[in-house]
Amino acid sequence: MSATPMDIAATEGEWKLPSRGRVGMLCLILAESAIFAIFIAAYIFYIGKSLSGPAPRQILVVPVVASVCLWASSFTIHWAVAALAKGKTAVFAALWFFTLGLGAFFIGATAREWHHLIYDEGFTIQTNLFGTTYYALVGLHASHVIIGLIALSVVMIFALLGKVKPEHHERCEILSMYWHFVDAVWIVVFIVVYGLS
Amino acid sequence: MQKKASTSWLRLSAQVFSVILATATAALADARQPALSPTNIFAPDSTPAHSIFRLSMFGLEVEGAIFVVVFSLLAYAVVKFRQRKGDDDLEPPQVYGSSQMELAWTVLPVLIVVVLFLSTAQVIHRVQDAKRPADAIQVTVVAHQFWWEYRYDQYGFTTSNELHVPVSDPKHPTPTYLSLLSADVDHSFWVPRLAGKTDLIPNHPNSMWIDPQETGLFLGQCAQYCGTQHAKMLIRVYVQSREDFDRWIHEQQQPAVSNPAVAAGRALFQAKLCFICHTVRGTPAVGKVGPDLTHLMSRDTIGSGSVPNTPENLRKWIRDPGTFKPGSLMPPQNLTDDELNQIAAYLETLR
Amino acid sequence: MASESIPLTIHRNPLAVVYDWAATVDHKKIGIMYIVYALLFLVVMGIEAMLMRIQLAHANSTFLSPQAFNRLFTLHGTTGIFFVAMPILFGFGNYLVPLMIGARDMAFPRLNAFSFWMTALGGVLLYGSVFAGGPLSQGGSAPDVGWFAYAPLTSPAFSPGHSTDYWTLSLLVAGVGSIGAAVNFVATILSMRCKGMTLGRMPLFSWMNLVMGGLVLVTISPLTAAQIMLMVDRYVGGHFFDTDAGGSVVMWMHFFWIFGHPEVYVLIIPCFGFVSEIIPVFSRKAMFGYPAMVAATVSIGFVSLGVWAHHMFTVGMPSYGNAFFVLTTMVVAVPTGIKIFNWLATMWGGKIRFATPMLFCVAFLFQFLIGGLTGIMLATAPFDWQLGNSYFVVAHFHYIIVGGILFTIFAAFYYWYPKMTGRMLDETLGKWHFWLFVLGFHLTFDFMHIPGLLGMPRRVYTYEAGRGWETWNLISTIGAGVQAIAILIFVYNVVRSYFKGAAAGNDPWDAWTLEWATPSPPPHYNFAKVPSVQSRRPLWDIKHPEDPDWRYE
Repeated sequence: MSATPMDIAATEGEWKLPSRGRVGMLCLILAESAIFAIFIAAYIFYIGKSLSGPAPRQILVVPVVASVCLWASSFTIHWAVAALAKGKTAVFAALWFFTLGLGAFFIGATAREWHHLIYDEGFTIQTNLFGTTYYALVGLHASHVIIGLIALSVVMIFALLGKVKPEHHERCEILSMYWHFVDAVWIVVFIVVYGLS
Repeated sequence: MQKKASTSWLRLSAQVFSVILATATAALADARQPALSPTNIFAPDSTPAHSIFRLSMFGLEVEGAIFVVVFSLLAYAVVKFRQRKGDDDLEPPQVYGSSQMELAWTVLPVLIVVVLFLSTAQVIHRVQDAKRPADAIQVTVVAHQFWWEYRYDQYGFTTSNELHVPVSDPKHPTPTYLSLLSADVDHSFWVPRLAGKTDLIPNHPNSMWIDPQETGLFLGQCAQYCGTQHAKMLIRVYVQSREDFDRWIHEQQQPAVSNPAVAAGRALFQAKLCFICHTVRGTPAVGKVGPDLTHLMSRDTIGSGSVPNTPENLRKWIRDPGTFKPGSLMPPQNLTDDELNQIAAYLETLR
Repeated sequence: MASESIPLTIHRNPLAVVYDWAATVDHKKIGIMYIVYALLFLVVMGIEAMLMRIQLAHANSTFLSPQAFNRLFTLHGTTGIFFVAMPILFGFGNYLVPLMIGARDMAFPRLNAFSFWMTALGGVLLYGSVFAGGPLSQGGSAPDVGWFAYAPLTSPAFSPGHSTDYWTLSLLVAGVGSIGAAVNFVATILSMRCKGMTLGRMPLFSWMNLVMGGLVLVTISPLTAAQIMLMVDRYVGGHFFDTDAGGSVVMWMHFFWIFGHPEVYVLIIPCFGFVSEIIPVFSRKAMFGYPAMVAATVSIGFVSLGVWAHHMFTVGMPSYGNAFFVLTTMVVAVPTGIKIFNWLATMWGGKIRFATPMLFCVAFLFQFLIGGLTGIMLATAPFDWQLGNSYFVVAHFHYIIVGGILFTIFAAFYYWYPKMTGRMLDETLGKWHFWLFVLGFHLTFDFMHIPGLLGMPRRVYTYEAGRGWETWNLISTIGAGVQAIAILIFVYNVVRSYFKGAAAGNDPWDAWTLEWATPSPPPHYNFAKVPSVQSRRPLWDIKHPEDPDWRYE
């Protein structure tokens, strides 16, 4: 049985819809924002409520350099995508590599900070409410950075193999949206953990 | 002619509607018979329960009216606009919408919401923010899995599973204020005829008040799932005249009866480690895990209201609480018949 | 439609068929898998319900142990929300949305398959718990903490062993599937509509799935977050809900209900979509007030995010906190009422055909009205201080979930089964199913309100005699039996009609949206030529060239 012919003469000109990749990534960012919001709410609610153990200002050191690196990587990834759109694949590869490096540095600095807190200060997720909420929130963020780094590395490998072409710039841009999100979350986490406490 | 027909229909519907509403309200008022159930929320006997009852009646009238109107429209549409045999095949006139109707059925519900909200907020404030009189009785309720601890700190004793309060004269109210704590998980204190329920949550003290206006026994039970025996965490509130209440207080304040005839049983109570969980005031038994047994025999029930307090039930309970409350936190006791009888004989002296 | 041939089935190697379905990324096959999966769990849920109702028919019954009963109500609630209601709605949405918007598939077909299999895995995990550890007769190691798993009952101290972990993990996994499905719905609806189909011309079912998808994104995630916190407490020694360390168990309640309340709107909104497609077709009129319906749905979506603590009126929030949530809860009733009035107005002046889909929709209107009104009762917080956590609440939410959601799902079945299979469901069996189910539903849930009013709390494996609860409980149990018979008739109808049903043709109901322009069932590419549209009812325009919709919109 054939279908009903459905071809009413469309008179409305060009039909432009948002790109599904962009919409999809925005949806993912929305969902992830909600998860972070809950962890941030728990952190804020528990400020000052630990019954024992160290308080934030007693043992936290503000990770200025690492944070600046992470936020800088938003710029480098933005320039990388712009370069790719203009056809400058070598510049793209270099800037993409920089982004990876800055992100990896951030993770390394976090790991070093945690190693110090756990082994030198004896401060763990079990220590008190501050410990639980701190490691959970910063850890949640770090895990998202790591996932981003994995995705960035995959693209890096393709780039090194010469397989990333200017027509792929939109896909790289969608990936960069995720990276910007991760950096934006760090602004909020940074203020809440190192600012408010 | 048409106009007359429609106005007479209107009048008839209005009459029918008011009859239904009046009957329903009367029926509900009739439902206030406690005989229908000892835990009937429509048989209030304390100011918080009364306030809730009045608000709920008002709400029910509003909601009842909404139901009658919308249901009538639905019933009418279903009957009047159904396709009948012999109808032509033409589609009916297509009506896409009407801004006026949308406005009307937005504004009217908003007004209803405003009315309901304001009356609700008033009752919330009246019950929750009531000023506590200086001479109010104060009892601390501590909920456990699966029993109730009642601390009468102002009188210096603790008891379990039976809450005694003095009756309150509406003209000179003597309410009882309950501080609500939990020793383990979430529970909820619900005695429908006396008040709405309030939860007992660890690390989150709550408070409620009751001022029962008739003497008698009021029943309730835990209303927040708290584990295996949530269903049998029953509540018994004894509302007494002032004299009876004062006498009860005095009796509860006494240390445990020390009857030399049951010395063997008392010794076994220690030897078999009952004292680890239970308190018997005036003896070395100061355990806090289980109910206070100092005046066990003054209570009508054991097992938090689930079983009458008879010698046979007491023995069955001690041997294995799981006979009555499987999942109770008191483990079965490894006792010979002789030991069991001696311990039970000792407990039976604890009036 | 006159004689149409049913397509010949070519007999294939069974393994090839299994692989085809297991590896498919076709939205129609995935939709059907969601629906079949949900139907299987609907039967499981029904058995759980029947067992509980038998236990509660009499006071002090010993038919079930308390341990078994507590696991049953936990499984029943968890299964109902996550492995029946959500999958079946994702299933219908997956099947219908691309067809309705003139697309060839969802935006992300592989993500679609992944989301389904994650949801399926969640169900397997949850029910695996029944067979793990513990005595099978008492439900093995199934969770027994209630579907909302309040802390600290879920802490290692009060829930030793792994039963709570099965609950947590199965829902975490299913939650990933739900978020994936939601991403797909939103991206598909925003990015894959055919030419001419502006957002203002989409079928209302599409709008509902768009709002539902957006809501899922911000609703499931709080539950995911809370469950991660619970895992941290249970496995790594964290203190999120540890009162000994100063933690707050009320915080779990907040996080859970921030998920839990919008979740019920996630469930009902696609059902509003079913009703908005079916009532116009069977009343032979366009949907009344399309823009108002869209606006009402979007506002419900937003306001529903602000009502959650009406589940917490008894936990001891300050009076102004309680009052705030009374207000928001009552406010959300306004757009909901608007929708009921618009459906009524659609029927008004129509020529209503009472085929089975329409019967279920009319019953829905009646029951959703009542369920909504008992909801308003519960919204008046002091009344909730009496009725909260009682059987009145159980009756209220079953009124909405069964009387509202399930009834519209049945309507959707009878309406779209012909499209999915090429066969009509039998009308006589359908009417038997309908009337028996109405009888059983009302026997069970109308009378269930009464024990609540008489002081019966929920989640009790038994109750005292002499409280005045027994008769009503017995009636509810009898009603459950009647519902079970009705569902068996339905299942029989579904299976029998697959082989023996009358041929459906493209458009058995004389409807107006794009899915009825394809063969039944549609080929895997849906449309040979991607359609373009000029109004909300493209098939109406074709059938009524003298009076097309685009002249009036």
